[in-house]
Amino acid sequence: MYQFVTGPLLWLSFAIFIIGCIVRIIRYVKGLNWQADRVAYTAHFSYGMKGAVRSVVFWLLPFGTRSWRKNPFFTALFLVFHTGLLITPIFLTAHNIILKERWGFSFWTIPESAADLLTIALIVASIFIILRRIALPEVRILTTVYDFAVIIIAVAPFVTGFIAHHMASDYKLWTILHIICGEIMLIAIPFTKLSHFVLFFMSRGQLGMDYGIKRGGMKGKGFAW
Amino acid sequence: MPEGILCNKKMVDTKEQLDALLADAGGAQYYKEMKQLDVDSDALWVTIQKSLKSRLKTWLEICAHCGMCAESCFYYTANNRDPRQVPSYKIQSTLGELVKRKGKVDNTFMQVCMDTAFSKCSCCTRCGVYCPFGIDMGVMFGYLRGLLFSQGFTPWEMKIGTGMHRIYKAQMDVTTEDWLDTCEWMAEEWEEEYPGLKIPVDKENADILYTVNAREPKHYPQDIAEAAVLFHLAGENWTVPSEGWEETSLAMFAGDWAACKMQVENVYAAMDRLKPKRMVVTECGHAYRATVIEGPYWAGLKSGQPPVESFHYVEWVAEALRTGKLKIDPSKKIKEPVTYQDSCNYIRNAGLADIPREIMSYIAEDFREMTPNREHNFCCGGGGGLNGIGRYREARNIGMKVKRDQILATGAKLVIAPCHNCWDAIRDMEEIYHMGIKWSFLKPILIKMVEVPEHLKPRDEG
Ligand code: SF4
Ligand code: SF4
Ligand code: SF4
Repeated sequence: MYQFVTGPLLWLSFAIFIIGCIVRIIRYVKGLNWQADRVAYTAHFSYGMKGAVRSVVFWLLPFGTRSWRKNPFFTALFLVFHTGLLITPIFLTAHNIILKERWGFSFWTIPESAADLLTIALIVASIFIILRRIALPEVRILTTVYDFAVIIIAVAPFVTGFIAHHMASDYKLWTILHIICGEIMLIAIPFTKLSHFVLFFMSRGQLGMDYGIKRGGMKGKGFAW
Repeated sequence: MPEGILCNKKMVDTKEQLDALLADAGGAQYYKEMKQLDVDSDALWVTIQKSLKSRLKTWLEICAHCGMCAESCFYYTANNRDPRQVPSYKIQSTLGELVKRKGKVDNTFMQVCMDTAFSKCSCCTRCGVYCPFGIDMGVMFGYLRGLLFSQGFTPWEMKIGTGMHRIYKAQMDVTTEDWLDTCEWMAEEWEEEYPGLKIPVDKENADILYTVNAREPKHYPQDIAEAAVLFHLAGENWTVPSEGWEETSLAMFAGDWAACKMQVENVYAAMDRLKPKRMVVTECGHAYRATVIEGPYWAGLKSGQPPVESFHYVEWVAEALRTGKLKIDPSKKIKEPVTYQDSCNYIRNAGLADIPREIMSYIAEDFREMTPNREHNFCCGGGGGLNGIGRYREARNIGMKVKRDQILATGAKLVIAPCHNCWDAIRDMEEIYHMGIKWSFLKPILIKMVEVPEHLKPRDEG
């Protein structure tokens, strides 16, 4: 079992994840239509790119936009959640040891205590995100089972990984569970809302281009999001 | 009944059709027929498949249901934070559902979509600025309105409006003769006070081609005279076209894309014919957006730009004041507290935020900003066609509370609104909420305070 989930299945899920993401990006760009979207993408490409980069950067900056600043509590949750989600798996020492063994390269690593902290913070943040969904009427009305499912898919690898590492009596079982959860997440990314992993950049960039080209960008206005 | 006599999927292309619609008081029969109107699900789905591209598709798919957009919408706050007014909810429950069901929806659903698209969204595009993904409900509701229109589900006034554009190439029944008569009449009327005042028609190679909103010749002809006076005093070489003088597009509010194209091409034809150096639009927000910002795309111009460089009236005023073409008599500056309404249609759709502030610095002694302002300003409540639709009057009046409170908080007694829609909405606001304020376009205010150069003064004075 261990052999299978860390062998062919891992390969398969990485392949699906990477190819899937690339396909989504290509399909997004191909599906843009200057006339239907009413944005002269190619005619004013440099203005468009300026707007796109500007928009993406400001939204990636913590509290970089008015919207982030107006919702400080949610912004903090969101930041903690996404930082943990991205940083932990890539820079975790254990993952990098495996990388090194298998493929002969590795990334920087973060201390184990930092990884633990990030993981716990991420799990706590996700609990608050779920509570927020239930508590606030304006979010509750939007929420469906699907939204919870997506959060669970994203958090499960962290919960199982944490248990396997710190508190499991049956280490092997939890490790296998952890790997399967991770693979489910990878596979789910291109096919679910988790695709926003790449489509955020596309969509944000697109509106940035809209503002950069048509909605004042060419008049030299700095407003781009 | 698949299609009614008044409410149907046909376009209003003849005067007879238009008159029949106009004769139906308040759209009583029209809306009665709408209840029976069949939905052509197949056609609807074909249209969606053809026109729902990456951008809208992705927006519908990746909306994280986070609710960050809630507060950004003035309808949400004006309606006591009613969750049904959350932008994402409004679009997911209408367009989202329509797409999910592949167009297989019934009459009741279409009417709910129409009510939502027209009474719960003014297409002000503010929510897009607050959503992490840049999901812009203003754009999406515009798209939904187009789908609804193609199936005959459009408010009565919108159907009339698009008919006007199709028949008269104007949002109102103003013919070429009416237009030219008005110009002549206004020039004569004001000539006494401003000797040499002319409204030149169809002059080729002028520096400025001036175009208007059909409401002006129809209801406030003095607006044209005021524009003429200011151009005259500024020494501009300007002209108006005999055809293609109308900038507005109710068709844009309705989602009648074919009529949008016809309307805007009419204006562009005037540009091609008269070859002006540039074009200036009157004080209207949606007219500017329709003709200058969106129009090039309907007309299929790949550059995304109108055939000649085009400006909103505020841009011309700022330039005239900056360069000294128009000089203000300092003693006549506005003394009372005054505020300025940023029109969504040229704030978030053209970035014209600094220009009005520059103008205010020349003409007002006590200028007060609303909060929030500039690109973050709220819609007056009358946008997206809402001012003119009887069926949604109540919803609009509630929506206007946000602007009312913004204005009252400044303590200003005068609101300057260089946009017809905003102007109308603020007038109605005063009527409904008795705020004790005045409101004005820029032109009448400028006329009162500009210095008339010696050589342009009436001779027999004194
Ligand atoms: S802010 Fe954007 S992602 Fe969040 S609910 Fe609103 S539309 Fe959806
Ligand atoms: S476009 Fe404006 S009115 Fe429409 S949902 Fe967004 S904020 Fe509300
Ligand atoms: S009426 Fe004025 S404030 Fe409202 S959407 Fe139009 S331009 Fe904006």
